[in-house]
Amino acid sequence: MKVLVAVKRVVDYKVQIRVKSDNSGVETQNVKMSVNPPDENAIEEAVKLKEQGLANEIISVSIGDDKSQDVLRTSMAMGIDRSILVKSQNTLEPLAVAKTLKIIIDKEKPDLVLMGKQAIDDDSNQTGQILSALLNWPQGCFISNLKIENNKVFISREIDEGIENLETSLPAVLTCDLRLNTPRFASLPNIMKAKKKPLETIDIDTLGIDTSSKIKTLKVIEPPKRKAGIMVNDVKELVQKLKYEAKVI
Amino acid sequence: MSVLVVAEHDNKNLKSSTLNTISAAEKLSEDIHLLILGNKIEDLAKSSKSIQLVKKVIICDHEKLENQIPELSSPIISNLAENYSHILAPSSTFGKNLLPRVSAQLDVTQISDIIGIESQDTFIRPIYAGNAISYVQTNQKINLMTIRPTSFEKCEEAGGDAAVENIPFIDSEVKTTFVSREVSKSDRPELGNARVVVSGGRGLENSDNFKLLYDLADKLNAAVGASRAAVDSGYIGNEYQVGQTGKMVAPELYIAVGISGAIQHLAGMKESKVIVAINKDLEAPIFNIADYGLSSDLFQAIPEIIKELDLLNQIES
Ligand SMILES: Cc1cc2nc3c(=O)[nH]c(=O)nc-3n(C[C@H](O)[C@H](O)[C@H](O)COP(=O)(O)OP(=O)(O)OC[C@H]3O[C@@H](n4cnc5c(N)ncnc54)[C@H](O)[C@@H]3O)c2cc1C
Repeated sequence: MKVLVAVKRVVDYKVQIRVKSDNSGVETQNVKMSVNPPDENAIEEAVKLKEQGLANEIISVSIGDDKSQDVLRTSMAMGIDRSILVKSQNTLEPLAVAKTLKIIIDKEKPDLVLMGKQAIDDDSNQTGQILSALLNWPQGCFISNLKIENNKVFISREIDEGIENLETSLPAVLTCDLRLNTPRFASLPNIMKAKKKPLETIDIDTLGIDTSSKIKTLKVIEPPKRKAGIMVNDVKELVQKLKYEAKVI
Repeated sequence: MSVLVVAEHDNKNLKSSTLNTISAAEKLSEDIHLLILGNKIEDLAKSSKSIQLVKKVIICDHEKLENQIPELSSPIISNLAENYSHILAPSSTFGKNLLPRVSAQLDVTQISDIIGIESQDTFIRPIYAGNAISYVQTNQKINLMTIRPTSFEKCEEAGGDAAVENIPFIDSEVKTTFVSREVSKSDRPELGNARVVVSGGRGLENSDNFKLLYDLADKLNAAVGASRAAVDSGYIGNEYQVGQTGKMVAPELYIAVGISGAIQHLAGMKESKVIVAINKDLEAPIFNIADYGLSSDLFQAIPEIIKELDLLNQIES
């Protein structure tokens, strides 16, 4: 089985987000960037499938500028065999990302695609679902458990009501929740080794697809600030305040 | 033009998220159609036709739609699309799972998790876990959007008399079969639209201690929520998680107990009207957004709060 993992480079989840003063977007210069957290779970799952002998080749793909090589190197340090960077200067919308991935998938012919359930920058939560529809492959979203046996795929999905268990088959597109596994840290020797693993670069303009934006960002602003609250001295005061000041109990 | 709302339901009742989404649709058109895809939904169709804002209820009733496998339901939506300027679904796990497939089928970009509608083509949505708010404009042939339920009021369920139209089921080849659903049963209000939410974090230490929170929740007729750390540690199920990668809530009162206040947690609750934080660490960031902070050991504070509430009730009765 061949597994393809999609990886996005995003502002690290610990960074305090700053809106640009001209309201054109969020500051991404000189801030720490990392692998989108649930994409790490996708990488980890692919590496586990290889360790279990279920996958024989695991590859990662990222779409972005040259700097996205970092996240691909990180994925290879975690155990991915080789990577593909689709070079694009522009930020793509989920539909364009899915179309780009489809072209790579048509060429690489993986049996399984793993990706994060959402990117923590634009929080769209769309790309895996779109890709599944474009490929006409089964879709499994927000998974927290995966078992593959004789081409059968058993997944548990996190839904608002609890857990949904589905059975499907390969090839499939699965999007991962953070609870799927615990991503490993890349060890120093593995980081060194990853530098020598193959990283192919493809220019997005050579793919012949429309990746133009369909949505225009008019402005990006800071969220309204909550007004400062107070500290209460004890439980009695808290309950009194809730009852007679805030009037919510 | 007309607007289509895709209903979230359990084949018996509409989820309240559908009612919030209909309110959002009202900002776009007076001609709102409600699409219900499900199995044995005659009764559901009957009850839905009384929603005042809805002009037409469109029903696709088929046993294969029982479990709402998106590979089966999305082509039915796409097939109706040309009649509409906008198609809306709640931004719940139901809508998130479904609507992007329609985006692929219609070749239009979807806009996710809308919290405000400025005009027919301009929408407001949070990005970066709500740490920035983006105003976006689009001029596509059709606007696909998921709606954050807590940002729109629930619409009235009575007073209307919509027409009901049955449409035929379109079969698609699907390789996925439904196995089971593990749903926790509880008499407490639904987390997504409860008036009061009591949430617990890692500070609760184990699932047994969560009983303390259940007791407090029951005193306040509240829903229970949790941080990701509490869910990851197995204290409580994933359906209780509040935050960027869990549920969005905006109750009148949110009580965070033993929760530090990571931005990913705040993303899910900072629109609450009144926030109470109970934490033994005075430096915990949750205090920065709390209206009322209590720096105390929760194992001492919670039983005391329950006692105080009982006293209040005695005085009142
Ligand atoms: C991509 C991503 C997405 C995420 N999504 C979410 C999400 O949707 N929701 C979410 O909640 N988190 C999310 N997280 C995790 C988040 O970053 C935090 O790790 C998590 O919210 C911490 O949970 P917590 O506050 O319960 O635990 P901690 O941060 O460990 O805090 C526990 C708190 O309890 C207090 N405490 C301990 N004992 C007591 C006591 N006896 N009495 C009083 N107080 C006590 C401590 O002082 C501390 O402040 C996400 C993280 C990432 C990277």
